[in-house]
Amino acid sequence: MTDTLPTPVPGGLDAQRLREAYRTMRTIRAFEERLHEEFASGDIPGFVHLYAGEEASATGVCMHLDDRDSIASTHRGHGHCIAKGVDVKAMMAEIYGRRTGACQGKGGSMHIADLSKGMLGANGIVGGGPPLICGTALASKQQNTGGVGVAFFGDGASNQGTTLESLNLASVWGLPAIFVAENNGFAEATASAWSVAADNIADRAAGFGIPGVIVDGFDFFAVHEAAGEAIERARGGGGPTLIEVKFTRYYGHFEGDQQSYRLDEVKQARETVDCLKAFRSRVTGTGLLDEAGLESIDGEVFALIDAAVAEAKQAPRPTRSDLETDVYVSY
Amino acid sequence: MTTTAESTTTTSQDETTRMTMAVAMNSALDLALDGDEKVILLGEDIADPAGGVLKVTRGLSSKYGTGRVRATPISETAIIGTAIGAALAGYRPVAEIMFMDFMGVCLDQITNHAAKLRYMSGGHSTIPITIRTTVGEQRFGAQHSQSLEAWFMHTPGIKVVMPSTAIEAKGLLASCVADDDPCLFIENVRLAFSQKQEVPVGDYRIPLGEADVKRPGADLSVITYGPAVHTALATAETLADEGIDLEVVDLRTLIPLDMASVMDSVAKTRKAIVLHDATTFCGPGAEIAARITEELFGKLDAPVKRLGAGYHPAPYAPSGLSYLPTSDELADTARELLGY
Ligand SMILES: Cc1ncc(C[n+]2csc(CCOP(=O)(O)OP(=O)(O)O)c2C)c(N)n1
Repeated sequence: MTDTLPTPVPGGLDAQRLREAYRTMRTIRAFEERLHEEFASGDIPGFVHLYAGEEASATGVCMHLDDRDSIASTHRGHGHCIAKGVDVKAMMAEIYGRRTGACQGKGGSMHIADLSKGMLGANGIVGGGPPLICGTALASKQQNTGGVGVAFFGDGASNQGTTLESLNLASVWGLPAIFVAENNGFAEATASAWSVAADNIADRAAGFGIPGVIVDGFDFFAVHEAAGEAIERARGGGGPTLIEVKFTRYYGHFEGDQQSYRLDEVKQARETVDCLKAFRSRVTGTGLLDEAGLESIDGEVFALIDAAVAEAKQAPRPTRSDLETDVYVSY
Repeated sequence: MTTTAESTTTTSQDETTRMTMAVAMNSALDLALDGDEKVILLGEDIADPAGGVLKVTRGLSSKYGTGRVRATPISETAIIGTAIGAALAGYRPVAEIMFMDFMGVCLDQITNHAAKLRYMSGGHSTIPITIRTTVGEQRFGAQHSQSLEAWFMHTPGIKVVMPSTAIEAKGLLASCVADDDPCLFIENVRLAFSQKQEVPVGDYRIPLGEADVKRPGADLSVITYGPAVHTALATAETLADEGIDLEVVDLRTLIPLDMASVMDSVAKTRKAIVLHDATTFCGPGAEIAARITEELFGKLDAPVKRLGAGYHPAPYAPSGLSYLPTSDELADTARELLGY
């Protein structure tokens, strides 16, 4: 065997793919930070739960997905939507409750969906997503498409019967389903260290006879690698995997949350382990990408978000005639 | 606003203080925990420092301990099942389901167990549980906003209560906790902080199954409950300027349903509108309107009208897609009926 240079980053991502990963994470961060500001200004009509801090999870997983695959999301769903390719402007318009929104203003932040992208929907019901993914995974299996279903869910959702039933069913049927438990330490005010009876959510995988993996959620490359293995196994007929991604959310449970239940672990995370900073230093340190290139991506992303907000604010609102449409296919 | 609730039969109500609906409910739970060691509370985020999403349980875990005021993981089925089981073992649990739409997650425990166990066991089991839940707001989206009380009215075996004022929130919640049957107590996000009144500080109960005439009137009865009571009262003021005198009947309890008070009111005014935030189609108003028509057919001057939400899930966008019955719609309907 001849000597080869060690790959500078795991996963064999080339410069192009690394730029994509960075752009996705930056887009999610910029989207959420902008919403944080806009919400404070009172312009957003509804509730928002921000994904900032967790970007590496959605991005690291969805980089492996294509048109065959579908994802189910949560109330904290903006990052999953962006990573699966949902149009950022349509998302912003939806959050502003406009007719041009991804769901014509009928869904709102907690229900953004785009079936054309395999994004089944954010979800207002904690634990609502995992069963849906068993269904899309079943369809992929029946039709031999090689497609997978991925359910993102929180530590809190990991305690729902729906989640545990889905893990068992997916295992019994050998479904190409990936369960990504995003453990950000809290479910609203409830610490996962208390609410999850096992040491790790991933430990529960053993009880369902499937592999369970724990990854550092601030490390894009770690998530990317773990997800890659699980998805490859699922595509090849090897059944489901439970991946536990550990990190912190940067904002409150929802915008407006006083956060009386936690100390300022966020400041430290932002300074020391932030996924964007870590990614940046890793890829520039190996010489794969340079600072200038990344900054130009930042500039493009900020311009996109500016445009998305400006267009959303100008967009028409739904009218009374929209109220009773889309309840049924035919009636 | 004015209320005649104070006139209802009560006990020790000398001292009062101004409370929001949320604080009034806290007071009822506090007294229940204090008065009966078998009362326990369970639900997501109900313990301090969170104290519940609407802060209704604030301070209670600190005062009575986390053994009696128990935070739970996010597991609605287990929460309700545990409440039922503990009730069968002699406790008087008060379980919280954060938003009413989430009742879907644990509907089996409520409808197949809590509501039916007594009947199926030939009266051997007693399930004195109270399930507190909240109807949210349009801005929370379709899975956090629906008024689903009719689901539970379809389920014999469970009582359904929906207060409209702080004083009644306290009195009715206290009665639910003390009641030996399963009770569903429905709170409303909009009212929790906007409703403020003088509320008795001590033990105070309002019997379940008694409607309250919130505004006496001669021309037309508005039969309503929960947040819509305030729409009706506001409309009554507007219409008073036009010389139309509305009577507003607050049902307060949907099961048991105080049809006697409804009939008394409509027999007098000979015209009725049933108003609520639940869907008009198959909503509680359908039953009430049918009963009025059956019993008072010969006395009515106009058809009984229903006003409720449209038959669709709750839309997110607030402007353009407002879907709950408005004061204007109520006023128009009242004028229409007065024209008969
Ligand atoms: C069935 C259900 N129960 C409760 C809630 C209220 N709720 C919304 S988010 C949340 C916490 C979820 O925590 P987790 O699953 O860890 O996700 P995170 O918010 O941390 O991303 C709760 C209790 C809900 N939306 N649905």
